[in-house]
Amino acid sequence: MNDKLIIAGKSYSSRLLVGTGKYKDFTETRTALDASGTEIVTVAIRRVNLGQNANEPNLLDTVPPSKFTYLPNTAGCYSADDAVRTLRLARELLDGHSLVKLEVLGDPQSLYPNVIETIAAAKTLVADGFQVMVYTSDDPIIAKQLEDIGCAAIMPLASLIGSGMGILNPWNLQLILDRVSVPVIVDAGVGTASDAAIAMELGCDGVLMNTAIAGAQNPVLMASAMKQAVEAGRSAFLAGRMPKKLYSASPSSPTAGIIAPTRS
Amino acid sequence: MITVSINGEPRQFSQPISVTAFIEAMGYSGKRIALERNGEIIPRSTFATAQLNDGDKLEIVVAVGGG
Repeated sequence: MNDKLIIAGKSYSSRLLVGTGKYKDFTETRTALDASGTEIVTVAIRRVNLGQNANEPNLLDTVPPSKFTYLPNTAGCYSADDAVRTLRLARELLDGHSLVKLEVLGDPQSLYPNVIETIAAAKTLVADGFQVMVYTSDDPIIAKQLEDIGCAAIMPLASLIGSGMGILNPWNLQLILDRVSVPVIVDAGVGTASDAAIAMELGCDGVLMNTAIAGAQNPVLMASAMKQAVEAGRSAFLAGRMPKKLYSASPSSPTAGIIAPTRS
Repeated sequence: MITVSINGEPRQFSQPISVTAFIEAMGYSGKRIALERNGEIIPRSTFATAQLNDGDKLEIVVAVGGG
């Protein structure tokens, strides 16, 4: 079946996007990414450690941009200006690469998005030629505004970043899906495979996760579980689920031809 | 003598130097890094000609694991 995820004109076979943070080492990072089948990986942009050996291993060697589509993020940015500067550095670092993940945070306890700063940064970045995949709240009106600004994908949270609390408000995700025509990718909050499957069954175009995999007891096995969950959820969405029949059962076996009851 | 701030740390050089010479002195030649000076990108194509000046505030960044 030809069912590709298309973001900013480029098509991807996998609908699972994976973060590269919090793994034990680069080897585990790469093994988990391979097990997940992901094609798009998020990376952070950080100052070099001036005191350290400049020859220490580099993420780009283990997770080569030739094999994975990089999605540099603005994690840790609390203002539009900082986010824009970070992504301009990322574009320079990655030879003009323009597909980015914008996130502007509101406070360090909740890591909840500051949508006012997010919208300001999105406008600047789109005008500057970036293809912006934007982390946002699950507010359908903000999601639509971000699409209208020209963002390439809308990425609402399902619950707080790193919380693993799952899909807390499927109704809001549905409201976003009803309004937005660019890809909608659940970013943040997925904790286990069923969460990813639920997001996909709702009709989301993809799921982005980091801690759900890196924070599992066995990250590589969880990466594989997430791959299957996203595929299963997508197939279920495309298949079209049976209607729910509230408070009324419906037998699966024929009701005729049942043998005579022992006691009548 | 010039003083520049590198990722928030002051560093002194005996004279104004090119960005290329600076990167070499820091041990980052051939490494995947990006540079910002006073809030503006220094494009890699200009490293050979761009000079560091007294009081410049530099940020040197790399890609690291992140979500």
